[in-house]
Amino acid sequence: MKTTNKNRTRNIILTALSFALVLGILAYLQGNRAQYSYAISILERSAIYAVVAVAMNLLNGFTGLFSLGQAGFMALGAYTVGILTIPVELRESVYYMNGISDVIKNLHAPFGAALIIAGLVAALVAALIGIPVLRLKSDYLAIATLGFAEIIRALIASPQLDRITNGSYGLNNIPKFPNIFYTFGIAALCILLIILVIHSSYGRAFKAIREDEIAAESMGINLFRHKELAFVISSFFTGVAGGMLAMFMQSIDSKTFQVSLTYDMLLIVVIGGIGSITGSVLGAFLVTAGREWLRFCDNPLTIGGVNIPLFRPGFRMVIFSILLMVVVLFYRKGLMGTNEFSWDGLFGLIKNIPGRFRRKRKGGAQ
Amino acid sequence: MKMKKLVSMAAAACMSMIMIGSAVSAEDVIKIGVFEPVTGENGGGGFQEVLGIRYANEQYPTVEIDGTTYSIELVEVDNKSDKTEAVTAAQSLVSEGVSVVLGSYGSGVSIAAGPIFGDAQIPAIGCSCTNPQVTLGKDFYFRVCFLDPFQGTVMANYASQNGCKTAAVITQLGDDYSSGLGNFFKKAFTDLGCEVVSEEQFQTNQTDFKAILTNVKAANPDIIFAPSSITTAPLIIKQARELGIEAIIAAGDTWENSTIIENAGDAAEGVVLSTFFDEAEPANDEAAAFITGFKEYLAANGQEEIIPAVSALGYDAYLTAYKAIEAAGSTEGTAICEALKSLSLDGVTGSISFDENGDANKDMAFIKTIEDGAFKFLTTTTVE
Amino acid sequence: MSFTTFLQQCMTGISLGGAYALIAIGYTMVYGVLRLINFAHGDIFMMAGYFMIFAMASFPWFVAIPIVLIATVLLGVVIERVAYRPLRNAPRMSAMISAIGVSYLLQNLATYLFTALPKGYPEIPVLKRIFQIGGISASLVTFLTPVLTLVLVYLLITLINHTKIGMAIRAVSRDYETAQLMGIKINRTITLVFVIGSLLAGVGSILYFTDRMTVFPFSGSLPGLKCFVAAVFGGIGSIPGAVIGGFVLGLGETALVAMGQSTFSDAFTFVLLIVILLFKPTGLFGEKATDKV
Repeated sequence: MKTTNKNRTRNIILTALSFALVLGILAYLQGNRAQYSYAISILERSAIYAVVAVAMNLLNGFTGLFSLGQAGFMALGAYTVGILTIPVELRESVYYMNGISDVIKNLHAPFGAALIIAGLVAALVAALIGIPVLRLKSDYLAIATLGFAEIIRALIASPQLDRITNGSYGLNNIPKFPNIFYTFGIAALCILLIILVIHSSYGRAFKAIREDEIAAESMGINLFRHKELAFVISSFFTGVAGGMLAMFMQSIDSKTFQVSLTYDMLLIVVIGGIGSITGSVLGAFLVTAGREWLRFCDNPLTIGGVNIPLFRPGFRMVIFSILLMVVVLFYRKGLMGTNEFSWDGLFGLIKNIPGRFRRKRKGGAQ
Repeated sequence: MKMKKLVSMAAAACMSMIMIGSAVSAEDVIKIGVFEPVTGENGGGGFQEVLGIRYANEQYPTVEIDGTTYSIELVEVDNKSDKTEAVTAAQSLVSEGVSVVLGSYGSGVSIAAGPIFGDAQIPAIGCSCTNPQVTLGKDFYFRVCFLDPFQGTVMANYASQNGCKTAAVITQLGDDYSSGLGNFFKKAFTDLGCEVVSEEQFQTNQTDFKAILTNVKAANPDIIFAPSSITTAPLIIKQARELGIEAIIAAGDTWENSTIIENAGDAAEGVVLSTFFDEAEPANDEAAAFITGFKEYLAANGQEEIIPAVSALGYDAYLTAYKAIEAAGSTEGTAICEALKSLSLDGVTGSISFDENGDANKDMAFIKTIEDGAFKFLTTTTVE
Repeated sequence: MSFTTFLQQCMTGISLGGAYALIAIGYTMVYGVLRLINFAHGDIFMMAGYFMIFAMASFPWFVAIPIVLIATVLLGVVIERVAYRPLRNAPRMSAMISAIGVSYLLQNLATYLFTALPKGYPEIPVLKRIFQIGGISASLVTFLTPVLTLVLVYLLITLINHTKIGMAIRAVSRDYETAQLMGIKINRTITLVFVIGSLLAGVGSILYFTDRMTVFPFSGSLPGLKCFVAAVFGGIGSIPGAVIGGFVLGLGETALVAMGQSTFSDAFTFVLLIVILLFKPTGLFGEKATDKV
């Protein structure tokens, strides 16, 4: 379908309207924070996960590098933000067991700067890790990045770093975002930046690598440099998101960043559609909200005096894993496939609905 | 088609969130949040605590405020022993409009939820979270149990009084309860002029302790102090005995759980631990009534008729909240919080009143040992 | 460190390595044939542990063991049928995600069915007899594990090198389209690979859990990853390689813990992986693979 001039104006108006709507909802939630704190916390978490998922998609979906190191880079970002933003006067009590190292004792940064530094730390580590690891092929790369994430986690929890990361005791008293506009603003900014990367000439090179490495190389794309670049950019935003997670949770420890966190991100990307930014964003909100919504599955359910036997703790996660398997096996493209959301697409769908019904009815009559 | 499904799913998700969010408390009902793990690493212990709270709710289902009778409704939420989940779980309690929160088993999740309850000005009463960080600097967090520095000292005293000169300490990496308690024990034990000859750490989900224990065996300590979750306890106990280690094995409050005896079998004989409560010596009438009543409750719920200390603490936390609501004469969090500060009552684990941190002034721990497949009361200890 | 302590640690390391080796073979065979990291293999191993608990509840051990092995094999075959076969021609990433999905499902299912609390593993009295040799003390299973591992590996290598079935497996893993053209029944061969892999995981599970005595839903995940690393270390597709990888990991890990560096015992596995991939990307005994355009 061609976008006519009329459609374009319509699309701009619709986009502006939906922006205003989102802002309005956020302002309303912010105004009634106490009452909606649960909904807010779900939305905030979704926004943060959306950043990680989009960053993961940049690697897995757009560059074709199957990396499973997300939890590790998030941990780096989270600890950087934690160390930099915990109020100086509270540090003695946070590091109550082993004391705090003199190097970081008075190191303090406002959270904006801390988030950028968090991204940079993750990016730097990614650059170093990338040199050996990115030479590996698909599955080896997955295992190696997974391994690195585990090594980072082991380092953070190690007694040798007690005076910096507070080892087993974790960090707490991390200041939170002043209001929800910051959370959503920063998340939106990160996603926007990733979209810009994807639409740049680098983005096109990434896609060429995804389609066929050898062909891409013979067209003059420097494989290693571009892979490294994708890895570093993705890790930067994963680090920022990790920092945001630290500010959202206000207390972190090494157990927060286990392999299962990476798998959760993978679930989001797969459900949203590998290779679709809007898919990942939608996936993040749906998976996070759905997970809360399905909480009723964990409680015993009685309908009409009959106890439904399946409902007991743990059932929720079984449903989730079955859902993942169904998507992987029968609906491999996820919600969006490699498509992006657009108003034209939406209207095309709505227009098609009556036609679809008609076709169905005809099919039934025959 | 895809898009339609997607939009409707999104709408459903939003609706459900708003519905959860906008649930307003009905009149004449006061809600008490139960913030406990029922699944995850500490799921077993958390559930025992929930049982104690539920039983207390049966005993005290209503409260009088200004001549009106309010019925008390428990809002239970599972924090899955996981900090990430704990944040959302705590927020869901805030949205439900609870007046007081009870819990949690496990200090990590309580520390994570502390600021959330603080921001919402809802007082929280910890049952068995023993780490100092739970209440430190948090005006709205209280607790009815003793603290790890105290518990570590108690166990160190017990060890040295029983002729132990050397100790090995085994702790779990990345776990604040285990590392914290191990450290406090170490400090107290060395202060007593004894020596810690071996310090070992293990990873979460580790199942093989042979290498660690071989090191411990080589150091030949008189006592092994291994505070850890009930998941790892039987592994450590059994593998230690299999390697022929004959030292006393000791730990903290988490080990008072019958699954340990079940899983470790004969190897668990002689294990020593400190805990909050003993059913053989009721401290007051409340305790005596609780012991008989709760045993029936356990039987009715298909549980073993041994009262876990955490259930008693759950009961006490509920009772404390109940008395505080009564004293405050209000369902407002701030008023209840004020009432808690000056509250004093007789709970089943002894008398309860709070110091300036919000910690219960408890100066007594029960030492128990495992004998003939059951926990047996050894002695009570205090620390000056 | 005294000599007895040293011997005791070696004993621990070799026994752990034996169990690792048995699991690593499952990874190496599946990868050799399907080019797929069977992330669920560690969880099959965990499920075998639960099967044993239930089998031993109603049968004596000599009946229970065959039951457990059959159930484990069935589980492995069903997983291949349901989760891997439909994706055989899909991109490799899909198959891998499916494998991660199965692993996720098995862990959550185990949590749901058996709770997250650890369950005591039933004791097989014969295997738990404790021996004292000098200062070393260990149960029979600790001695038995490496021996049994070597016997099974010998049998397996004989099967692969000297029988028709073995020839089919080798052909499929070399080039599966050509193998198909030669009249080899691909599906049957792949099922067979899963049967062998799961069977060894079942045996490994009995040895491993008898020694460690508790099963919980996540007890398969970390050993699983480690055994995959062992398989890569030895050269994926090579059975002796997987065995050597298993023993190297078991000994290395134990050595680190013995030196008081338990923090890094898990990290060691992955450092080993990265080092071997850098210097010998195909592992110790792996064959060199070239990309075809």
